[in-house]
Formats: sequence, C-alpha cells, structure tokens
Amino acid sequence: MDMDELTNIAQQEQAKEAQYVHRARVCTATGCLSIGSEAVKEALEQHATAKGKQHCLVMGVGCMGLCGAGPLVSIDPANVLYQQVTADDATAIIDSLGDEPIERLRCDTSAPFFTRQLKIVNENSGIIDPEHIESYIAHDGYSALAKALTELSPNDLIHEITTSGLRGRGGAGYPTGLKWSTVAKTPNATKYVVCNGDEGDPGAFMDRNVMESDPHRVLEGMAIGAYAVGASYGYVYVRAEYPLAVERINKAIRQAEKNKLLGKNIFGTPFSFDVEVRLGAGAFVCGEETALMASIEGKRGTPHPRPPYPAESGLWGYPTLINNVETFANIAPIIRKGGDWFAGIGVGRSRGTKVFALSGKINNIGLIEVPMGISLHDIIYEIGGGIPDGRTFKAVQTGGPSGGCIPSEHLDVPVDYESLKALSSVMGSGGMIVMDDTSSMVDVARFFMEFCMSESCGKCIPCRVGTVQMHHILTKFSEYHGAQADLDLLERLCDMVKYTSLCGLGQSAPNAVVSTLRFFRDEYEARMSDTMSEMEGTHG
Amino acid sequence: MRTQAPPIDPPSDDKRWRIINAAMRRHGYAPRALIETLNSVQQAFGYLDEASLRYVSSALHVPLSKTYGVATFYHFYTLKPSGKHTCVVCLGTACYIKGSDQILRALSEHFDVAVGQTTADNALSLMTARCIGSCGLAPAGVIDNVVAPRLTEDGVIAKVEEIITDGHG
Repeated sequence: MDMDELTNIAQQEQAKEAQYVHRARVCTATGCLSIGSEAVKEALEQHATAKGKQHCLVMGVGCMGLCGAGPLVSIDPANVLYQQVTADDATAIIDSLGDEPIERLRCDTSAPFFTRQLKIVNENSGIIDPEHIESYIAHDGYSALAKALTELSPNDLIHEITTSGLRGRGGAGYPTGLKWSTVAKTPNATKYVVCNGDEGDPGAFMDRNVMESDPHRVLEGMAIGAYAVGASYGYVYVRAEYPLAVERINKAIRQAEKNKLLGKNIFGTPFSFDVEVRLGAGAFVCGEETALMASIEGKRGTPHPRPPYPAESGLWGYPTLINNVETFANIAPIIRKGGDWFAGIGVGRSRGTKVFALSGKINNIGLIEVPMGISLHDIIYEIGGGIPDGRTFKAVQTGGPSGGCIPSEHLDVPVDYESLKALSSVMGSGGMIVMDDTSSMVDVARFFMEFCMSESCGKCIPCRVGTVQMHHILTKFSEYHGAQADLDLLERLCDMVKYTSLCGLGQSAPNAVVSTLRFFRDEYEARMSDTMSEMEGTHG
Repeated sequence: MRTQAPPIDPPSDDKRWRIINAAMRRHGYAPRALIETLNSVQQAFGYLDEASLRYVSSALHVPLSKTYGVATFYHFYTLKPSGKHTCVVCLGTACYIKGSDQILRALSEHFDVAVGQTTADNALSLMTARCIGSCGLAPAGVIDNVVAPRLTEDGVIAKVEEIITDGHG
C-alpha cells in the first residue's frame, strides 16, 4: 500500500457511490438494530433493486445519534432523515425518492439536536459503512497514518498532539501528548499500545458507538500512537457485553491486514504494527488501566499502585501506551488537520469536542458530540429538547459511578474538566443522565453505591469495606430510618474512602454521595426517622 | 512457551473441546491465555463446571486456585448452567431512572425466582446487567439474547410467558 493506492481506493469507492441517483443509509448500530433496523434495510434493498440497478444504494451505516427515535434512515442527496421507520415503510420511502419526502416519518434536521453538534470523533458515524474499509478510505481514512509515517517523525507527531491540547477522554483528562512522550522516552525495544474499550459506566455508550460505527478510526489512531511511541503490538480491550463492537473491530483488523495497513512495513516504511482484540469478561474495575492490563495478562482484574505507571512498566512489565477509544478516535483528524485546528475548539484547558450519551428523563435520547465549553443548560434544553411529560428538571448525573449530580442552579456551568470537578462531579467518560422531580436523589446515591460496592475488586480495605458501610447507611435513609449520627458517619466515610482507596474506583465511589449531600441535603434530612414529620418542606 | 498439545485428555469426548483446545493452541498454551480459554469454555458450554476448570488449569499450567479466582472474579462466567430461557433486565442508570428495578421485582414475583437464579422447573433464569448500552431504549432487557426495548411490567411478563410456552410446546 502506498499513497497512490490509497487515493485509488478512495476514488473508486466515491465513484461507486456516485453511480447511484439516491443513497439510503440505515443505522445498523446496536440501538437501531435492536428495534428492527435490519428488517428495514432488507426491505429497502428489495424495493430499491426492483426500481432498477442504479436507482438507490442501500447502505448499512453507524449511529446517527438520535437513538431514542430509531430505526433511523437518512436519504442522500435529498438530505432527509426518517425516524421510527418500519419494514412496511420501505416501499413508500423508495417510491418517494426524487419526489416529496414522507412527512409522517420525517425527523426535523434543522432542530438544535443536529445543528448545535460539532462532530470530530463521530464525523463518519452514520455516513460510512463500518464493515467496509473502502468506505472509510473514501472519507480520508488512513490518510493521517500515511502522512504520519511518510512525512512526520515520532517527535513531530507528539508535538502535534501536545499542541492540540487533547486530554484523555476516558474521564481523568490526562494530557495525551504528555502521556505519549513519556512512553516514547522510556528506552525499551518492546512496547505496547492498548486501547481501553472497557466502557463500564452504566448509561455510557459512546465508545461502543465508535467501535460499531467507525472501527477503522480506532485502529488508525492506535497505529499512529504506536509509531509515535515506538511500539509494534497493540491490544483493543473490549467488553464482552458489546458483541457487535467486537465483531466489527475484528473485521476491521482483518481488512486492514489484508490491505497492508496493519502488519509489516506499513506504507513501505520500517514501521510494523499488529493489533489483537481481548475481551473483557465483565468487571467494571477493568476500566482502570492497571486492572485492565492484569486482565489482558490473563489474571484477575485487580489494580496495583502507581507508580510505576504503565508508561514505564505496563503489560508484562514493558512500557505501555494506554488510551481510551474516544482519545484514539481523535488522533487521525488532529494529524490530518493539525494540532492548532483542534486547539481552536473548546475552552480553557479543555480542547476539542466531547461525546456524551444523553439519556434518562429527556426528550431527545441519544449520542451527541459537542464542543467543550458548551453549557449544561444548552445540552439539556436545546440539544436534549428539555424534560418530557411536563415535569421539571431536577439534576443531571455526569461521569457514571465516579461522578456526581448537578442541580438546576448550576446548569450554566460550561462543560469542561475543571468546572465539572468543582461541582463534585467529573467529566467522566461521557454518560449524562437527566433526572426529573420524580427521582429521589437519596435513591440515586444508593444506586451508585450499590454499583461500586458490588464492583469493588476487594483488594484494598477502604473500598471493599467502606462501600458496604456507606451502602448500608444509604439504605437506612432510603427506607426513612436515617439519623443525624448516620449522616455524620456517612460524611466521614466519604472522606476516608476517597483519600485512602487504591484506585479510581474507590477514590471516586463517594462522589455521588458527596454531590447529593452538597446539593440535596434536604432530601437526606427528610428521610430521618426521628424528624420525618416536621421536616416536610422546611429545609432546602 | 509450550506449543504442543496438553498432556491430558479433555474431560469428555464432546466435540466442543476442540474449540477450547484451539483457543489454547493459538496462545501457545501460555498461562496468559487463561481468560481467552475460559471465554471459549463459557461460550461453548454456557457455564464453567469443575471438570472444565481442572482441565484448563492443567493444560495451561495455572494453579487451580488461580483459575477459580479468575472464574469467580468476572461476571461473564457462570459456574452453573442457566435455565432453558434467560431474561436479563438492565439495571444501568438510564433504565433504573425509568423503573427497571420495579420491572425486575415484578418478574421475580411473577415467576417465583430470585434474581440471579433459575426457576425450579429450569425454564427461566432471571439475570441483571450493569448496562447493556441501549440507554435510548430504556428500560431495556435481553430476552434469549435479543434486546427487548422499552419494557413495561405487564409487557415483559407476557413476553417471557410466551417464550416459555412456545419453548415447551
């Protein structure tokens, strides 16, 4: 493979698509598939073929974002989006091509849900066919890898990533350029690259979407990372609960190998890189990098203290670059368009965009990608379309079990790493769950504590025992049996577990309690057994 | 790294052991292949019994205690066979906010089975998931490996009744 061949493949694929008068793209990511998009696709194909050979190309594509209104079908070049399509609608859709669109099925793409988004990670999602490498190549795929290998040195690459200001999208926000340069500087002939696809936060499906909708983007980002740090082998660690993501990543690896975009001497350079998928076997703690590597090594996924950091001593003791799926998905566009371009998006120390999975009590449920610095208010009321059923907004939970609940008085906060942290929450991996006035914040805190309690690996005592004790106390409040002494103890436990646990799971386990105690203390106080009757409505 | 076949025979002459042997061979029978191997046993047989744990341990030269440790650490593995049908209720945050805990309770009461257990007649296993990532379809579940969107108490009970009856019919 060289640059000319890559351009050739891209042109051929573009010409192939252009042969057709119309193109119908059907979402075949998990969300839409589970409500029947495969049948929709088959029906569309059947009717399209009946109309003649080059009338309409029916493509299976990745997620288009508005998962709550699936199955989604987009029509090109008419630029029409249909929602809640069934197989029975296929005839009407094909018949209407080139004519007036079907209003009954139409989804308004001029709504803020679509116009307020800015897509970098998901730029191909819903447009390309994730199961065909040619489709990715036709949309600039692997051109960043070609540029990196033939025009740039590893140092140039690291400089570009540092300039971009990209920070880890797995939640902690560690500067990616700094991480890459640390691994690059560690002298060792053997190094590894690991992609963390163990998306364990409940309510988060951003990484699954990237792997299902645009798997080659992840591989390209990993290959560029491997070249920058001097690694020649990589692992993609994916949850076993994501069978379609596993299947598509595996397929992408085979296609890339076949096209010599993975393997030996890529683009005729001395650089070689192979990738293998490893399945997570269902343990939340394996999202923590040292636990994840223990799992790849075939062991129980228990974390170990850092330092040594994986950059110095990771997989089997070798220097290892470990980044999240979304982080790797940002790499190719940064190399194509330059670090300065990326740094021009966002605010403060948070640059670029972030993908969020918007769900819960909100009108528009689905995946969104927004520039850093957008306010929570805009996400919830503009993009999200507000709260359904005439209820009122109460809180938004960000960051999964490591995050906290943000109340309405703080909705003007810009979404960036530092601002969310200041509100006892975290950016996290991108789950964003909206709650209305029917949700009890004590129950939510208890829900997350139960999660942390059962997912604690048991290695360190503060997390193993502390989460059980906190859950016990929260259950008392949940059942209206709390007491002032319980509240005091709960606050002490929050501090103790936060500051003495070994890994991120324990250190962030109290966040849900801390933030609900900070913003919704009255709900705890209203659930004390001794004061229940007179507390009603007097605190707030 | 050893690359030859394990010195012991599989627990039975079931053909599925070939899949497991192939998984171990692919990794050169190295101890690091433990999780990959257990994944293949879980997928081929649906659970890990004592005989399979012993076999994998000796083939990969991993102490049985370690194999048992790994098998009980990860949620993906089960040590008991599941019922004829399975119903998984997602307890992810988005589903929880929309009442999946009540749906789970209703299923448990209606079919007289504790969460994580199988009914006495082996017809149904009632399980939970941390998050199946179908938050757009909340509350969601997985009935016999098919994602079931927007569950209601009555709807899911009827649906499960239906697959149980059909399965026996």
